[in-house]
Amino acid sequence: MSKNLQVIESERIAIRFSGDSGDGMQLIGTLFSDTAALFGNDLSTFPDYPSEVRAPAGTIGGISGFNANIGHALVNTPGDYADILVAMNPAALKANLMWVKPGAIIIVDRDNFDEKSLEKAGYTENPLNNNDLNGFTLVDPPIASLVRETLKEVGLDTKSILRTRNMFTLGMVYWILDQSLEYTDNFFKEKFKKNPLVVEANTRVLQAGYYYAETTEVLTNVYKVPPAEIQKGRYTKLNGNKASAWGLLAAAKRANLDLFIGSYPITPATQVLEELSARKDLGVKSFQAEDEIAAVCASIGASFAGALGVCNTSGPGLALKSEALGLAVMIEIPLVIVDVQRGGPSTGLPTKSEQSDLWQALYGRNGECPLPVLAATTPSNCFYYAFYAAKIALEHMTPVILLTEGYLGNGSEPWRIISMEDLPEIHPPRVFKAVKDWKPFERDPETLVRPWAIPGTKGLEHRIGGLEKDAITGSVSHDPLNHQKMVEMREEKINRIVKDVPDLEVFGEQTGDLLVVGWGGTYGHLLTAVREVLQEKFKIGLAQFSYIRPLPKNVADVFGKFKKIIVCENNLGQFANYLRFNYQDFRYLQFNKIQGLPFTVEELKEKFINVIEEK
Amino acid sequence: MAENQAKLTAQDLKSDQQIRWCAGCGNHAILAAVQKALPELGIKKEDFVFISGIGCSSRFPYYMDTYGIHSIHGRAAAISSGTKVTNPNLSVWIMTGDGDSLAIGGNHFIHTIRRNMGLNIIIFNNEIYGLTKGQYSPTSKKGAHTYTSPYGTVESPFHPAELVIGSQGKFFARSVDNNVKLTTEILIQAGKHDGTSVVEILQNCVIYNDKTHAEITDKEFKDDRQLILKHGEPMIFGKNRDKGIILDGVKLKIVNIGQNGVKEEDILVHRSNENNPGIHMMLANMRHPNYPVALGVIRNVQAPTYETSVAEQIKKVQAKSNIKTMEDLFNSGTTFEIK
Repeated sequence: MSKNLQVIESERIAIRFSGDSGDGMQLIGTLFSDTAALFGNDLSTFPDYPSEVRAPAGTIGGISGFNANIGHALVNTPGDYADILVAMNPAALKANLMWVKPGAIIIVDRDNFDEKSLEKAGYTENPLNNNDLNGFTLVDPPIASLVRETLKEVGLDTKSILRTRNMFTLGMVYWILDQSLEYTDNFFKEKFKKNPLVVEANTRVLQAGYYYAETTEVLTNVYKVPPAEIQKGRYTKLNGNKASAWGLLAAAKRANLDLFIGSYPITPATQVLEELSARKDLGVKSFQAEDEIAAVCASIGASFAGALGVCNTSGPGLALKSEALGLAVMIEIPLVIVDVQRGGPSTGLPTKSEQSDLWQALYGRNGECPLPVLAATTPSNCFYYAFYAAKIALEHMTPVILLTEGYLGNGSEPWRIISMEDLPEIHPPRVFKAVKDWKPFERDPETLVRPWAIPGTKGLEHRIGGLEKDAITGSVSHDPLNHQKMVEMREEKINRIVKDVPDLEVFGEQTGDLLVVGWGGTYGHLLTAVREVLQEKFKIGLAQFSYIRPLPKNVADVFGKFKKIIVCENNLGQFANYLRFNYQDFRYLQFNKIQGLPFTVEELKEKFINVIEEK
Repeated sequence: MAENQAKLTAQDLKSDQQIRWCAGCGNHAILAAVQKALPELGIKKEDFVFISGIGCSSRFPYYMDTYGIHSIHGRAAAISSGTKVTNPNLSVWIMTGDGDSLAIGGNHFIHTIRRNMGLNIIIFNNEIYGLTKGQYSPTSKKGAHTYTSPYGTVESPFHPAELVIGSQGKFFARSVDNNVKLTTEILIQAGKHDGTSVVEILQNCVIYNDKTHAEITDKEFKDDRQLILKHGEPMIFGKNRDKGIILDGVKLKIVNIGQNGVKEEDILVHRSNENNPGIHMMLANMRHPNYPVALGVIRNVQAPTYETSVAEQIKKVQAKSNIKTMEDLFNSGTTFEIK
C-alpha cells in the first residue's frame, strides 16, 4: 500500500447504507453483514424502509436505509450513530446526517449532487462544497462516471451499468474495514448465473470501489474488527419475523401437530405469513383470509380440529381480532397471536416501531377475559418466545399473545442453530379414547386445564361455545353464582401458569441505586446502556421482562433491592402502570419515548446517571 | 369399519339439551330434516361437525349430538374453514341465518364460496332478526315494517342465490321449512356435494315475521306457486301439473301445457350440473307473483375444493423440496461457524 496507512482495531463499527428505494441498499447491507458474520463478528442489523413502495426518487420520503453494527465485542443494537455512512444522493445524506458520529466517514456519489437532486432534497447549496460536512471524512468520488468507465467494454446497457453503483460503495467499505470480497463475488456467480455479463460487471465494479478506496488520499485509516467471542457453534442470520415463524413451526413439530396459520397481510408482520406459506415442505397449512377476523376465526377452527392454530398481525389487526380472542378464551382452545407492534393509534406509523399494544394485549376484550402475554426481547429470541407461547397455549388450552415489535421483526442477528431435541417437549391435554361420563370441561385440579378432544374421535362428541357454561357439565348456564365461579376460574387458570414462568433475572448489580426495568424489544439498547453505566462504577441493574402475564414470582424481591426503579418503554407508560397496579409498594420513575424509533444508548445513559445522582 | 357398524339413526343425533325455539318456529322442522338426512350420508357420527354463529338458528349445534361450536356473530364460515382445511375428512355444517351470514358475516360468506371450501351452509331465511326481537335483516322485503323500520325499509334485499352465483358458487338449493321431505332430500345432496353447498330454507319466524313466506308456502296455493326442480326432469308445476317453464328469447316464461299447441316436450328440462350459471340464476330469481318460486337443487356442478388443493400442493412441494426436517430448515440459509 502506497499511502501512509494506520490500522485501528475497533470493538464495534456501525454503518449505514442509504439511498433511493431502487438503489439496492438492502442488498449491499445484507452482503456486508453476511461477510462480517462469516468472518466471525457479532452483529445486529436493521432495515429502514419508507412506507411507500417507491416514493418519488431523490426525495427524503423515498429513502431506503440499512443499518449494520458489527463487533468484536458483543453487539446488542444495530448502532444508533454510524461510523460510516454511504449516501447515494443528497436526500440520503440529509436524512441521515443526524445519525452519524463526529469524525465519521461519509461516502457519497458526487455525480448525484446535481442541482436538481439537491433541490429535491431541499438543499439550497451543495453540502459537498460548503462547510456542512466539516469534521467528517468525506469521500465523494463521481461514482456514476467511474462505473461507466469501468464497464465501458463489458457491453451492458446504461441502466444496468448504473445499477452497479451500490457495489462500488460496498467495495470501498470492504477496503475500509479490511474485509474479504470473496463471499460477495460468490454471491454474484450464484445469483446471476444465467447472466454472465452481470456477474462480470458487478465483480469489476466491486473491485473498482475497493481499489478506489485504497488509492484515494482521503482515506488514511483501515479499521479492523476482530472476530467476536460468542458461543461456539453453527449460526444463521435471523430476523424477528422469520424467527417467530420458525418458533411456531418448531412448537407444532415438537407437539406432533399440524401448524395452521390464518392471517391477513399487515405491515410489519406480513413476513411471518410469507415464511410459513413457503413452508409447505414442512406441511404448514397457510390460509390468507379475507380479513383479520376471518384469519383468527379460521385458526380457532383449526385448533378445534386438532392443529396448532396461529395468527400474526399488528395493532390494528389485533383490534379486529378481539371478539374472536374472547371466544377462544371462553371455549378454552389453544391459539397463538404474534402481534408485531407498530406505531399507533389507528393506521399510525405502519413501518415504525412502538410498544403501545401492551394494554390492548392485556385488556382489549369485552368481559373478564384473561390470557397470557409474552414479549420477545431480541430478533433471534423471537424463536424461543414463539415456541414458549405455543407451548403455553397447547398445554394450558388458552389463546396466548406474543408481542414483538417492528424493530425486532425486521432486525437481524446471528442465531445459533439448534437441533429439535434441544427444545423441551410439549404435552397438550389430548384425549384419544372415549371414557364413560367424559365431560369436555372436567378440569385438571392442579392446572385447571380442560381436556382436548378433537372431531373424528369416537364417543367424545361435544359442543363448545361463547355462551357462559356450567362449571361441571359445560352446558349453557345463566346461573348467577355459576357465572361468578367461572369468571374466577378463568382468571385463576391463567394465574396458575406462573409455575411455567422463569424467575426474573437482573443483569449487572443485584442490589443498588437504580434498577432499570424494560420489557420486550428495548432490551438491546437498555443492556448496552446499563453495561456502559456499570463501567463508570454506578450501582445499576437491568431487569427485562418477557413474561408480562403472568408476571414472574420474584418481581417484588427484585424490586425491593434497589433504591430507585425506572421503567423505560416506547409508549406513555403502559408497563409502568401495569406494575403500579400489580406491585403497589414501589415507586416507579418513567422514561418514555414515542417517536417510532428505539431509545439511543446515549440518551439512556444520560438519563440513568441523572436519576442516580438526583437527591 | 364403518360398514360393520349399525346405521346411524336420527335418534343417535339428538343431544340431551332441551330445545328452546318458540313453539311453531320453522326451525323445529329443519332440525328434524337434518337428523333424517345425515344418516343417509354414510358418514360416521364422530366425523360430523356443526358450527354456528349467533341468532336463533345458531342454537342448532346444541341440539345435535355431534362435535360443534356455537361461535360468534357471522364468523361460522371462517371458523369452519380452519376446521375443514385441518381435517378434510370431516363433514362440516354451518347453521346460520340471514343476518348472521349475509350481514355481519357477508364477507366470509362470499369468500368461502369463492374458495369452494368443502362446507355445507344452511341459511334459515326468515327475513328478520329474531333473537334480538324483530329488526329488519338484509333479506327483508323493501318497505318491510319492523322495530327498526317503523315507516318501512328503504333498502333493497339480498337474494342469497345471487350472492352464491356471483361468488362462483357451485351448489345452491332452496327449500321451505314446512316441506321436511324436500329439505331432507336437498340436505342429502348438499352433504354429498364436494365443495361449498348453500341451502336456503325459507323459514317462518312465528313471533316477529309470521307468514312472511306464506304466499308461497300455504297449502292452499303452494302447488301453483312452487316449482320443485329435479335434475333431468321438465320444469312442470301447478295443482294439475299443467304449467311449465320455457325459454322465451332471453327470459323464462310460464306456459300452459295443452294450450296454444304447447306440448310437454317443449318444457325446459332442468340441468343442475350445467356449468354456465345463466339459467340457474334466472330460475333462482323467479319470484311471486310473476313466477313460481324455484325449490330443489338449482345448481350442482363439480370443481376442485380448497382443502384438497391445499393437501395436493403440500404433497407436491414435499416431494420436490430439500427441506424435510426442521434442522434442514435451520441450515437452509447462509450459515457460518464460530469456532
